[in-house]
Amino acid sequence: MKILVLISNVPDTTTKIRFKSDNTAFDDAGVQWIINPWDELALTRAVELKEMGGVSLITVANVGNATTEPTLRKALAVGADDAIRIDVEARDAFEVATQLASVARDYDLIMAGIEASDYNGSAVGGMLAELLDIASVSSVSGINIENGQLFFNREIDGGSQVLSVTTPVVAIVQKGIAKEPRIPAMRGIMMARKKELKVTAPVSAEDRTSFVRFELPPKKAACKMVAEDNAKELIRLLHEEAKVL
Amino acid sequence: MSILVYTENWDGKFKKFSFELVSYAASIAKQTGSTVTALSIGNVADSELQKLSNYGTNKVLKITDDRFNSLDNKAMSKAIVAAAKAEGAKMIILAHNNLGKALAPRVAVRLQAGLETGVVALPVSFDPFIVKKKVFTGKAFAEVKINANVKVITLAQNSFEPVELHHSETIEAFNPQVADSDFTTTVKETNKVTGKVLLSDAEIVVSGGRGMKSGDNWGGLEEMADLLSAGMACSRPVSDEGWRSHTEHVGQTGKIIAPNLYMAFGISGAIQHLGGVSSSKVIVAVNKDKEAPIFEVADYGIVGDVFTVIPQMIEAIKEMKS
Repeated sequence: MKILVLISNVPDTTTKIRFKSDNTAFDDAGVQWIINPWDELALTRAVELKEMGGVSLITVANVGNATTEPTLRKALAVGADDAIRIDVEARDAFEVATQLASVARDYDLIMAGIEASDYNGSAVGGMLAELLDIASVSSVSGINIENGQLFFNREIDGGSQVLSVTTPVVAIVQKGIAKEPRIPAMRGIMMARKKELKVTAPVSAEDRTSFVRFELPPKKAACKMVAEDNAKELIRLLHEEAKVL
Repeated sequence: MSILVYTENWDGKFKKFSFELVSYAASIAKQTGSTVTALSIGNVADSELQKLSNYGTNKVLKITDDRFNSLDNKAMSKAIVAAAKAEGAKMIILAHNNLGKALAPRVAVRLQAGLETGVVALPVSFDPFIVKKKVFTGKAFAEVKINANVKVITLAQNSFEPVELHHSETIEAFNPQVADSDFTTTVKETNKVTGKVLLSDAEIVVSGGRGMKSGDNWGGLEEMADLLSAGMACSRPVSDEGWRSHTEHVGQTGKIIAPNLYMAFGISGAIQHLGGVSSSKVIVAVNKDKEAPIFEVADYGIVGDVFTVIPQMIEAIKEMKS
């Protein structure tokens, strides 16, 4: 089984969010870039599945310019076998999915994180599946391979399901897919330097959405403090003032 | 022109979120001179479908084909696309929840539509078509222009208050041609937890963090949650330690919730945690560290020991209720 893991290159989740002076673009000055947290969990599970046997290849793919290469190198250090970077700026989900569709045909299992932590689109995985006209399963919190067949755990409201699925399939994964993201070991980092990071030219693709402007949320009023021994007053405030109890 | 709303059902019933979607669509329909058609997939009684008209649907298309019970993403999106085409819909609205997020991207591709997810308000403008959404997990908002004739959007929960309208509504059976080969998933097993308030439905959420010290100290919070019919949640370290199930983890990489009241006990409020809860209407924090960042987003706070404060709160809630 061959696995493709889609990798989004995002600002570190502790980044203080700022926009350029006219508020039309994210200000990336001084920002640390990381593998999107859900993509990192997806990759971790892919590596675990390979270690258990039954997976012959893990490829990671990203749409972006050369500045995303350190993120792909990290993915190689975590355990991917090779990487593909489609050399074009990521503009919107449809454009990214169109680019990825051009390299995704030969894989049995395509893994995507439930969303990217920057623009929170939740769209690329599903779009890619539709472009390839293949199955997709969202809210996946577990993937197992038994006798060459894929089984997914899917979260539903108030519970979970075990599914079998036809391949190829896009699994859109979330919390639970792997316990903790795998940190690259020194050996992995050394080996990653020798692995192939293929840069491919983009296909022609349209974008259908564009950012007009950004804004930060309004500042919250100061927190009203209640004394430690006066929980009764807190409940009264919630009941009478905030009217939420 | 018509607006198509996919109204998911939960065991044959709609929820407030369903009415938020319909009401949102009705409000856009009014501004653009359109009609609202709801699409229902599954076994829903006509009396339940009629409730949608209270919020402004003109028509309901119902699909009762049992094959869709597996919630197959490929097949369901084909059905929604077929309904959109049959209605000549220029806008398709879905919920920004598990199922909506799974289907909307597929529907958008098939209809050559522009997609925006997690929309939080009525469109800023119609020409050009601009909507507002959260980005950076609640740390900012963006206005996004959709540059396509057909628009697909997913609406965030609790972002539009349902308004009763009482349209007259027709209910029609709808039988889209979806091939067996489009049903790609087989459900082997379903496990549902019963008797607990779903985090996504809960109007009040009680949540514990590292300050709860171990998995054995949750009796007080569980009692409080029971008293308030609240959902239980926790921060990431708690689920990582295995003190609580990962299904209760709220935060950037866990569940993102927006209840009326979120009460955080022993949670310092790392930026990743706040991303999952910052849309709550009212936030209460109890933490022994007065410098904890949770107090920057909280509306009400107590600096103190959770194990002292929790029993007192429980007593006060009981008193209030009696």
